[in-house]
Parts: sequence; C-alpha cells; structure tokens
Amino acid sequence: MNSQAPVMSEQDTPNVGQPYTINDQACHDLSIRVRDLNLWYGKNQALKNLNIDLFQKNVTALIGPSGCGKSTFLRCLNRMNDLIPTVHTEGLVEMDGHDVNAKKMDEVALRRRVGMVFQKPNPFPKSIYENVSYAPRMHDIVSRKADQDELVEQALRDAGLWNEVKDKLQEPGTSLSGGQQQRLCIARAIAVQPDVILMDEPTSALDPISTATIEDLMDRLKEKFTIVTVTHNMQQAARVADYTAFFHLGEIIEYNDTKVMFSTPAKKKTEDYISGRYG
Amino acid sequence: MQTNQLLLIFCAALLLLGLLAFFAGRSKATRIRSAGTAMFAQPDQYAWFTVLSTAGPALLVSALGAFVLLLMGANIPTLYLLAASLVVAAIGLLVSLNQVKPDFHARQAMERVIRMILASAALISIFTTFGILFSIISEAVRFFKMHSFWEFITGTTWSPGASFLAAAGRGDGGGAEFGSVPLFAGTFMITAIAMLVAVPVGLLSAIYMSEYAPSKVRTVAKPVLEVLAGIPTVVYGFFAAITVAPLIVTLAGFLGLDASYNNALAPGIVMGIMIIPFISSLSDDVINSVPDTMRQGSLALGMTKGETIRDVVVPAALPGIISASLLGVSRAMGETMIVVMAAGMRPNLTANPLEDMTTVTVRIVAALTGDQEFESAETLSAFALGLVLFAVTLVLNLVSVLMIRRFREKYRVNNL
Amino acid sequence: MSHTFDDISQQLKHRHRKSTRLKWITMGSLGLAGLFLVLFFADMLNKGLPAFQQAYIQVEINYNEEAETDGRQAFDEELIPIISRTMVRVIPMELRNNPDMIGTSTNEWVLATSEVDQYLKGHRSSLSPEERAAIDERVEAGQVDMRFNTTFFTNGDSKIAEYAGILSAVIGTVMTMIVTLAISFPIGVMTAVYLEEFAPDNRFTQAIEININNLAAIPSILFGLLGLAIFINFFGVPRSSPLAGGMTLALMTLPVIIISTRAALRSVPDSIRHAAFGVGCSRWQVVRDHVLPLAMPGIMTGSIIGLAQAMGETAPLIIVGMVAFIPDAGVSFTEAATVMPAQIFTWSGEPEQAFVEKTAGGILVLLTILISLNAFAVVLRKKFERRW
Repeated sequence: MNSQAPVMSEQDTPNVGQPYTINDQACHDLSIRVRDLNLWYGKNQALKNLNIDLFQKNVTALIGPSGCGKSTFLRCLNRMNDLIPTVHTEGLVEMDGHDVNAKKMDEVALRRRVGMVFQKPNPFPKSIYENVSYAPRMHDIVSRKADQDELVEQALRDAGLWNEVKDKLQEPGTSLSGGQQQRLCIARAIAVQPDVILMDEPTSALDPISTATIEDLMDRLKEKFTIVTVTHNMQQAARVADYTAFFHLGEIIEYNDTKVMFSTPAKKKTEDYISGRYG
Repeated sequence: MQTNQLLLIFCAALLLLGLLAFFAGRSKATRIRSAGTAMFAQPDQYAWFTVLSTAGPALLVSALGAFVLLLMGANIPTLYLLAASLVVAAIGLLVSLNQVKPDFHARQAMERVIRMILASAALISIFTTFGILFSIISEAVRFFKMHSFWEFITGTTWSPGASFLAAAGRGDGGGAEFGSVPLFAGTFMITAIAMLVAVPVGLLSAIYMSEYAPSKVRTVAKPVLEVLAGIPTVVYGFFAAITVAPLIVTLAGFLGLDASYNNALAPGIVMGIMIIPFISSLSDDVINSVPDTMRQGSLALGMTKGETIRDVVVPAALPGIISASLLGVSRAMGETMIVVMAAGMRPNLTANPLEDMTTVTVRIVAALTGDQEFESAETLSAFALGLVLFAVTLVLNLVSVLMIRRFREKYRVNNL
Repeated sequence: MSHTFDDISQQLKHRHRKSTRLKWITMGSLGLAGLFLVLFFADMLNKGLPAFQQAYIQVEINYNEEAETDGRQAFDEELIPIISRTMVRVIPMELRNNPDMIGTSTNEWVLATSEVDQYLKGHRSSLSPEERAAIDERVEAGQVDMRFNTTFFTNGDSKIAEYAGILSAVIGTVMTMIVTLAISFPIGVMTAVYLEEFAPDNRFTQAIEININNLAAIPSILFGLLGLAIFINFFGVPRSSPLAGGMTLALMTLPVIIISTRAALRSVPDSIRHAAFGVGCSRWQVVRDHVLPLAMPGIMTGSIIGLAQAMGETAPLIIVGMVAFIPDAGVSFTEAATVMPAQIFTWSGEPEQAFVEKTAGGILVLLTILISLNAFAVVLRKKFERRW
C-alpha cells in the first residue's frame, strides 16, 4: 500500500458533513476506505451513508446499542452479507485499490485477506492441528509437512494457545474450553496470513478471564494485522481500541481516536451512550 | 346357537348393563348432590366410573377365558364363559353403585384406570417385538434340531431338495442341504449394488437441496423424491423384472457379455432407486442441522463453497449420513418383493452381478408359499433365515440410532 | 506477507472450477433421481394404459338347440378362436334360463380373446397369420372395436386374461385396511398419548421408545413370519383372510402411527396444557379436551400415510397366504381374499402378454389410489397447519 498517501483528501470528503474521519497524523496507512455505504435487508435500510477510514495495524472498535448495524457493517468488509439472499448493498468499500463490492472482485479472495472471528467460537469438527492447518494448505501457503508444522506452531503461539495445546494437537478442537476454542479460531484466522481480522463480539460468549486473555491477544496482534472489532462493551473498546466508531440506527455518529472519544465526545448522542443513558 | 350370535347377544347385554350403570350411577350421584352434600367428583364422573367397573372386569374375564380356551384347549362352552362374564359385570355394577358416595374420589379412580389402559396399549409394541422374536426363534430352534447350526452358517450349498419327502414320512431327507452362504452372498451383492446407486445419488441430491437449491426448487424436489419412497415394492419388482432386467441383458449383449434375465444388477439398481429418498431425506435433515456458524467459519477463511461443503459440512454431518446409509442397508437386506420378482431362485455363489442369484428373503418366501407341510425342514428353514435377518437388521438399526443420537447431542438438534 | 488480489485470484481459479463442478454434480444427482421417477412413470403408463381398453367383436349369436349343451354351436366356427371363452360358456346357461330364446338370433358386441386384443394393440400375440388376416378384415368391416375396459373394474381375478379384473382385490384391500386401521389407530394413538403425556421418564419408557423405533425399521417380511406363526398357527386365525392380513399389517403400521401422533402431540405448545391445568383440569381432561383435538389433524395425516404404506405392502401378506385366487369378491373378514399388491404380484407371474398389461394396469390403479391418499394427507396438513 502507498504509505505516502494522505489519510484523507479533499475530494474524498462526502457531501454531507459526516464525522467519518479523524484529523489524524498521517503515520497510519489506510487499510479499508468506506464511502457512502448503504445496505438494505429487503426493504429495511440497515446502514445509512457510512463513511469511514480504517487504519492499518490498529484496533478499531465499533460500538453502539444492539441493532445499530455494527455487526452488519463488519460483515460488509468481507462480504459475509452475501450469504443472506435479501441483502442489497450500495456504495464503496475499497481495499488495496480494489472495490470490494465490484462484480469482478472474488469474494473468496477477499475473505482470504480479510479474516473473521465470530461471536461464538466455531472450531471445525477436526483436530486442533487440522483446524489451523486446513486453510493454509488449501491456500497453498504451505505445502511441505515441516513448513505446515511450523506454521501451525507459529499461529498457535501468536494466538497464545501453543503452551496449552502443544501436547494434544490431534485432539478435536471441540474438546477445548470456550476461551481456548475462541483462541483456536483466532489462530485459524491468522494462519491464513490475512491483512485484516474482523472480530464480531469475540468475547461476548466468554468468561472474564478468557476475555482478558483475548484482549491482551488483540493488543499483540495489531503489530501484524489490522483489527476491526465489534463490541457491546464500552470498557473493552476503551481498553483495546486505538480508534472507536459509534453507531446508532445504522449511522456512524462519531468516529475518533478512542481516548478523545471517551474523554470529550463531540456529539450529545455519543456522550449519552458512553455515560450509560441508553444502550 | 352360533358363536357369532352368542357374541352379538353378549355384546348387546354388556352394552345394556353399561347404559344401566351410567344412568344409575349418575342418578344416584345427582340425588346425593341435590340433597346438599358436597361430593369429590361430578355426577358424570361417577357415572363413567360405574360403567368402567361394570364393563372392565367382564371384558377381562371373557378375554382371559378366550385365551385359556385357545391356548390350553380347555373345554369351556362359550355360552358358560359369556354368561359368567355377564354375572361379573352385574356384580361390578352393584359394587360400584355402592361406591358412589360423597367421599369417594371417582375421578381419580377413573383416571388411574385410563392410565393403565394407555400403558397397556404401549405394551403392545413390546409384545410385537417379542412376538416376532418368539415366533422366529421357536421355529428356528426346531430347524436347528434337524440341521446343524454350523452347517447352516458355513455351508455353501442350499438345496432343500427332498426334505419335504422326509417330512411326509417318505425318504430320509438325506439329500437336503441347508448351507446359507450363497443366499447371504446374493443378499450382500444386491444390497451392495443398491447402496452403490442410492448413497451417491441420495447424498449428492441432499447436498444440492440443502446447500445450493433455491427454496422453490427445494419445496418441489423434496416431495417429488418422497414419491419414490411411496411406490409399493411390488411395483418396483415388476419394473425391475419387466423393464430393467431385459434392458441390462440387451446392454450386456452389446458389450459381448452374457447376462441372465434374473441378473442381480436389475433388482440391485431398482432397489437403489427405491432407497434414494431414505438417504436423501435423512441426510438433508442432518446437513441442515449442521450449524451455520460452521459454514461461515470456513467461508471467512477464504474457502470456496465447494471446499466448505466437502471439508467442513459433510464431515460434520458424517455420523448422520452414515446412520442414514446403515438404515438404507438394513432396508435393502430386508427388501423382499423386488428380489422375489426380479432376482433368481437358484442359490449361486458368484461375484458376477450379471448372473442370477437368490437372496435370503427370496428363499423365505419360496419356503413358505406352496403346499408344503409346515413341519418340513424347508419351511422351518425360513424361520432360521428370518432369525439371521432379524439379528443383522437389528444391529444395523441400533448402530444407526446410536450414531444419530451422538450427532444430535453434539449439535443439540432436536428435530432428528 | 501481503498477497495482492490478483495473485490470489489467479490461484483461486482452479479451486473455483472445482467448487462449481461440485455444484453441477449435486444438481445432476437430483436430476438423475428425478429422471428415474419420470422413466418409471412413463414406463408404467406406457405398459398400463392399454389395459383400460379392450377389443370387442360384433358377432351373430344363433340360439339353436345344440347350443344348449355346447355354447360353441351358437357361433360361426371361425369366430370360436377369436371370441372370449367366457362368452361361449354363458350361452348354455342363458338358454336354460330362457328356453324361449331357442331359435332366435341376435347381433351383439362380445369380448374378444386377449390374443386378438393384444394383436390389435400391436403387442406380441399367438394368432396365426390367417387369423390375423381375418381380424384385419373384420376391422375393415367395422366389426371390431376398442372400448373402455369395464370388465377390468367389475370382475375379480380370472385365468382368462380378458375376463380378469381388479374388483375382488380392491374389495379385499378395503376389508384388510378396515381391520388394520381398527387395530392400529386406537392402539397407536393410545400408546403415543401415554408416552407423550403420562409416562414417567424411566428406563421402561425408554425401552418402549427404542423398541418402537426399531419396529419401524424391521423388514416387513418378518412381520409376515409373526403373522404366520402367532396369528395363524397359534391363534387359529383363518389363513389368507383379511383378518389375518389386517392384523399383521396393523402391527407394521403401529410404529408409523405412534411416531406421527407423538410428533403431533409434541407440536401442541405447553402453554395450552398449562392454561388447562390452571383452570383445574386433571391430566386426562387436559389431554382429552385440549391436546387431542388440537393434535387431531396431525394424527390423521400420519395415519393416512401409514395406511397408504400398508396398502402397498405385499411381502408379509404373501407369507400369511393372501395371494389367493379370488374370482368373486366376498365381504367376509374370515374368508380367503386377496389385495391389490398381491393381485399385481400374481398377475406378474403369468406368462401371457395380456397379463403383463393387466399387471401394469393394476399398478396404475394402485398408484392412483396411493398418490391420492398421500395428496389428501398433504392437503390436510397444509389446511390445518398452525404456527404457534
């Protein structure tokens, strides 16, 4: 990616003065650029004119009351919404100079570069080793057995799971505890070596200790990956995210540096939400 | 008097007594209640209670009597039996009328009886299984007294030949041999052919319906496939014998092969067609209940849809698919009409599906039709074959049930 | 570590092709299953529809005196091989009943033999070339006609192909099904009510459940062995009778009815039961007045499907002897009878070409009844389907 490119340029600014950007230093490279994104479930509009820039090797948190469209937006980034037949999308989601929604964009190739971790851990009904090695093998990232072993070990180490499972790699992934399963899913995602990892409330089904482990993990993973996470938990956003976007009723109300947003929110709605008046 | 007339009179008398019980019980209860005494139950409930205690014991007595009559061959005239039942009914009526008192829980007493009736209905299914087991085993044991079990299991010649002469007291039955291996070989051959047709077609159709098909195609295709399961087996048998078998002979002729008109291929293929819906419908249910998060997890890794199905969905559904296939095998082995009509009668130990072969079920039918003595070894051999068939299908069914239960527990699905 | 989209897409081409191939293969499988069905029905219609047509010949019948002892004397000699033997047989009887007819003659349409019938339909026939020529002549003269085959629906079985009909089998089926339903419906529903509404969850209940599932999967021929050994040999139920067949089929249908009734009972939401308990109903009252009426459509649907299954069943009936030759349908539950699938089986064993057609015709009648029954069940389910 072109690191000299400014985060924003004048012509990128949409007509409506949406608070979609941050007057940030240009040290962060752009990862995904979203312009005028609209999405409908049948006739219900779920996302309205979203504009947002997601920065490389940062954690961006999407917060907001339930049903505000944050998960739907997340799934636009790797086109998981394609799986729902009634969904219809308009607008630009740009990554690496390509329009993600373009006809000629292969959604399989996109997902190869934009991995995802889900709300509930969903390891495959295979061994721990197979869970991690399956996708890299299919993607031809590794072919030799030794490389594969190495890759699995590296991914499991990166996910902070290696020490716990190194002696039982052949046991089924489902035999692990919930928190371990979720880390296995993260290991599975990073083994593909994506650019972006999307996390859809990755800790909502987990206990507090597992949650803390995964939050630590996110902090470490951002050295290698761009992370976009949805959370219903504001404290979590404040703890792990560099940037935070506040969603409300399908719109982005405010998007800013997390510290700024939580100390001096620009919008009344944001302030009400983070101070707990609704949500 | 004719037994039929006697029965009619008995029924009428019992009905009359029942009506009498109903009205007597109700009027007594109403009388007590209108006198101002509080009662535990409604008058109608007392009435039904009296009816039940009038008819119940009487029917029980007559049923018991009938059973004794048939079983022990006891010589009780029907007239006396029915008269005794009616007396019991009258006693029941008097006793229960006496019971109609304010402090008697008629409703609870009645519901206990109803509950017992329902439970005994549930017992009938158990009796059926035991009935099958008992009838098969007792006759099979008689067969094994005549011919050794070992010879039956390992023998490779099945020629009941002159055994009926022995039963009729002529000849010594020496020529008869009951080695069931060729029959089971035929059964396995035809079952294998059927599964070679049914499992791929059924499974792949199920995959198409649950993973690819638009909902419109699905709503049409599912019931249409079910039609295949609803066609009577005798019809399939005719189709196999009249249409498919000659077709195979012709085709084999083109290839320079010699096929019998009773070849194993025709019944095998047609049986496979019949089993397709069993496999597809159960596999479809199982594949549908593989959680969607599993598919999403794979797609989110950049897998294609085909890879997701092949490497994630199908392996996850595998216990259910195997279970469906085992049920299919059990079905194919026990299938009778198709093989009776299209497969051969000649016990033939061969691996060539173009030759004629016979199966276990064909020999069972052959042994039990026709005018043979029931006591002959050939007739009894049907029960020995039935016993093995029962054992094999029982094991297949149980394994299948266990596998589907494991699948259900793993994914917490309730509709399977 | 970054790969560009172009790199990845390049590598993906091959995988996408494989993925698409899987889609086509699965679609083809479904198509193949559908093709089997179409071929099957086309074949049955092709073979069976001609059975509903029958050749009739216009002949002159001379009621002379010799015909009173030998019916053949009533007909022209060359007609004898081409008209049905049954026509010849009835002449003497007719004459004995109406002696006045002697000396008269009439011109009537009578049944042709099955050989003529088959020849006219273009099938294999044993007629000699001369006979064929004679038939062709009569066709030219308008003395041969194909008409709707009423005989097929008004007659019982017969060894004479053109005279054989399906009526006695239909009546036998109805009688057998009456016995089957009369036994399996009440027992099935009672068992299901007990298991769903009353039974404690203990080992005994589980044993019954496993047993029912197993019964549903036992080969049907084994039920025939049970019928033969227990009902016929032990209890002395008359062999070949609708009673024996119906009882055997009832045991086979029982699991189907139990399983569908349980599903219907389960689909009645617990809130209904709680509401009824709340107003002081006892358990039995709740079941009788609230749960059963709501579950009835589902129970009926399941029973009809079970009935249709029993109606097409042959193997156990062969074992209990219901493949009897029944020319005249009786309406007794204890006398020998036959049922439709057994009639089909018997006909399929006859070597004559005409019986192949009869068999397929019988199959069409049976399939029509079964498909209507199943369609009725589907309509019933659709009509009363309720979303809670």
